[in-house]
Amino acid sequence: MTVALENTTTTIHGDRVSLLRVLGPAHVWALGVGIVLVGEFTGWNFSADKGGALAALIVCWIVGLLYTSVAMIDSEVTSTVAAAGGQYAQAKHIVGPLMAFNVALFLVFAYTMLEVSDAILLGDTIVAKAGVEGLTHNSFIAATIVVLAWLNYRGVLMTLNVNFVITAIAYVSIVILFFSVSPWTQGAVLKLNELVTPGNALPYGWIGVIAAFQFGIWYYLGIEGTTQAAEEVRSPARSLPYGTMAGMITLLIAAAMTWYVCASLMPWEYLGITYYPLWDAGKLTGSPLLENLLFVATLLAALASANGCINDAARAWFSLGRDRYLPSWFSAVHPKYRTPYRSILFLLPIALAFAFIADLNQAITFSILSGVLQYTFMSINIMMFRKKWPLGSIRRGYTHPFHPLPAIVLFCLCVVTFFAIFLGFGSQLIAMTIFYFLISVWFHFYRYKFVRRGDQFTMPWPKPQGY
Amino acid sequence: MWVALSYACWGISIVLALWMLYDWFKVDTNYSEDVLTSSREGELEAASEKHRI
Repeated sequence: MTVALENTTTTIHGDRVSLLRVLGPAHVWALGVGIVLVGEFTGWNFSADKGGALAALIVCWIVGLLYTSVAMIDSEVTSTVAAAGGQYAQAKHIVGPLMAFNVALFLVFAYTMLEVSDAILLGDTIVAKAGVEGLTHNSFIAATIVVLAWLNYRGVLMTLNVNFVITAIAYVSIVILFFSVSPWTQGAVLKLNELVTPGNALPYGWIGVIAAFQFGIWYYLGIEGTTQAAEEVRSPARSLPYGTMAGMITLLIAAAMTWYVCASLMPWEYLGITYYPLWDAGKLTGSPLLENLLFVATLLAALASANGCINDAARAWFSLGRDRYLPSWFSAVHPKYRTPYRSILFLLPIALAFAFIADLNQAITFSILSGVLQYTFMSINIMMFRKKWPLGSIRRGYTHPFHPLPAIVLFCLCVVTFFAIFLGFGSQLIAMTIFYFLISVWFHFYRYKFVRRGDQFTMPWPKPQGY
Repeated sequence: MWVALSYACWGISIVLALWMLYDWFKVDTNYSEDVLTSSREGELEAASEKHRI
């Protein structure tokens, strides 16, 4: 039975069902930091294995520069192109459909694989804590992915309210750990001067620093996910730049505190291989309270990250359907909860399948590669954006300073990161490049004929310069 | 306790997955496809942005 719009109780503006504009800057912060913060609890520390403890600190700051550029560029473009799909919608309007299709796939793969990694981490952490023979991580992985998908299905406001609370608790746990170990007094608990010496600070020299970039991006990977909320924030021009920049500042502080505490408690040889650097740091303080706090915080950070990833991957997939880059069936919005429910449900079994068959390293590498491809696009995108629509030609919610320096810095650092990934995972990098090439050929020669070409460009902008 | 928690996780996962499938079926049978896929990008911007700098 088909119910007429007038007879439903759903609030629908005009004659359309659209996503709900209910979010504020705090939700944008919760989305961005929620996705990223798990990187402090695991991931960044593998850079110590590549280049030593000092290399992990050097990449913390240099990759911080990369992501500050990402945040600045993203804030400017997204405050102007405020649509679900984030960088996909940007690419569609600024570069063109083929780039947009690729960017959307980068987004979906980056977030889905990160969600898979988070679920595996959460399951492994619980199994490690339990220490029960025969207990596997499968049930915890399934519960993580299904419960969070259900939360996303039921509405974006509750999803990001939950993310705000659990992200804040995980963040505060890092602050509590930092102040509990008397960071102003070396020797009492922390022993940085004994653990990081001129002899072992850079065990593999500067090539180790380059190699460390591969895992250094875990300090901040995913902050650009804030843009996926563009169509659901009440005031995109204000909330997106504010939430993204606040998130980046928060993460820079968390990354510095995390490195300082962990490098002062563990030798780099151990720090570089453990899956739980902050939980281990809690254990090494000798305080059961801190140990349990960091255990819970690790779980919460993984949950917050997976939650944000489901939100973002679904919106990117939904946007592809809405423009008919994929079947328009995926562009359905739930009339009651106002969420892209079919996209959420479609990606759910895919995430479960990868979580059960892939291992953590493969999932992480797939996510990182898709992320860096996306950042490379962003550096080119902003140059084209400023050239086609110079300052003063369209309204911008935020204008980033020092252009084109952030774009150049971002591009150069992406090249270095690709080289670092090639050193560690060269075959995966080549395989992914071939995959994106083949899917681009499919899109160009087969799928694009289904796209309504005039309908896809929705921003009421003047003609670009030179056209 | 951990084994019981593991079983509880399976139970919750199955219940919620079935609820989502039921709701999906209910929505798809109660609303027309035109309504469900009627969302358009940039509606708000088209209504509010004049681009007079």
